[in-house]
Amino acid sequence: MDWQYIEQVSPQFAKALWMTLQISVLSIILAMVVGLVCSVLITYRVRVLDRLAKIYIELSRNTPLLIQLFFLYYGLPKIGIRIDGFACGVIGLTFLGGSYMAEAFRAGLQSVAKGQIDSAKSIGLTPAQIFRYVIFPQALTVSIPAIGANCLFLIKESSVVSAIAVVELLFVTKDVIGMDYKTSEALALLITAYLIILLPVSLFTRFLEHRSRRGLHGV
Amino acid sequence: MGFDYLFQAGHLERLLAGLWVTARIAFISVFFSAILGTLLGVIMTSKSRVVRLACQLYLEAMRIIPILVLLFIFYFGLATWLDWQLSASGVCIVVFVLWGTAEMGDLVRAAITSIDRHQRDSAYAIGLTQRQALLYVVFPQSLKRVTPGAINLFTRMVKTSSLAALIGVVEVIKVGQQIIENSLLTVPSASLWIYGFIFILYFLICYPLSLLATHLERVWE
Repeated sequence: MDWQYIEQVSPQFAKALWMTLQISVLSIILAMVVGLVCSVLITYRVRVLDRLAKIYIELSRNTPLLIQLFFLYYGLPKIGIRIDGFACGVIGLTFLGGSYMAEAFRAGLQSVAKGQIDSAKSIGLTPAQIFRYVIFPQALTVSIPAIGANCLFLIKESSVVSAIAVVELLFVTKDVIGMDYKTSEALALLITAYLIILLPVSLFTRFLEHRSRRGLHGV
Repeated sequence: MGFDYLFQAGHLERLLAGLWVTARIAFISVFFSAILGTLLGVIMTSKSRVVRLACQLYLEAMRIIPILVLLFIFYFGLATWLDWQLSASGVCIVVFVLWGTAEMGDLVRAAITSIDRHQRDSAYAIGLTQRQALLYVVFPQSLKRVTPGAINLFTRMVKTSSLAALIGVVEVIKVGQQIIENSLLTVPSASLWIYGFIFILYFLICYPLSLLATHLERVWE
């Protein structure tokens, strides 16, 4: 290991780490929004829109992120839609993550007992209030482990965005290896950087999972 | 539009040949992952804590590192550290098998431990050995619980095999790029059509697989 070299390129990796984080966090938030909307449309059978949501979910789940990104980044400009790499990455990851989040939320929404909704109606809550105060909090508790797993999944998938020239961790690694042939150092930095993000998220997810399980079964 | 130019027989043939490269990587990886994963799953139910911990460590390592990063580590790392030049598709297969084995192992472990304790006890009571109990009682029952999850894993592996393009395997996406580059002057909108076509191609392969998994899940519930 050439420590001096590691010191020299660390700032580059730190910057890339920041980029990976930005792209992941942004797409996780957007994916949650998309997922929640889709799951509500499907669970409550909103006409026509639930069909569209289902088509979207199947398309997103059954195609690789890489080809989604290539289509966005190289294909769309041909019909006049030009989106920069960062935005393409966020859109691609949101497109991919939205369907996974939808499944997570749907499992939660379906687990809410029907009696809960009836009781809420009987005390005179409006449908919006029922969703906000009765259904959503209970559904969320059930969904949290799956949502956590999806967050990890999306952070990991963000490495694919390097293919459309977004300067995130993998892109910098490729660059550094190509420039100076310091393979070991670059790969060590790459793994360290991912562990810095993924380990805490993984541990936190596990903690939440235990807590939500305890909340559900009271053990 | 140049649409017919892009999908003339020669190009279509090359794209499908590229798809075959992807499919072959996926098939081989799935095949070995299924076998090794079943083995790992059985080992993971071991009574020894050390063995269980080692398996868990392997599983977590495979889960936490992005596949593309693993591909890079093996592609560049093997050559640098062990002086072992593996072809790009060889690297893909090694990485996918390592990853698939871990995931499959976890599925098998979950299925085996979900089988009622009585089933095993009864098997021992009628005089079956441990191996016989596993082979004739536990496995057949676990199969139903493993299959939907395994099919989902295979779909994921087919999708992930697209990443092979990024370490230089000439598979369907790479062939697509070559065709796009060749027809840059004649068909400026080539990338839209070719990437759109590959997008649909992947969907046509993966969607039936997911349908099958959901169907089996429902039927065997």
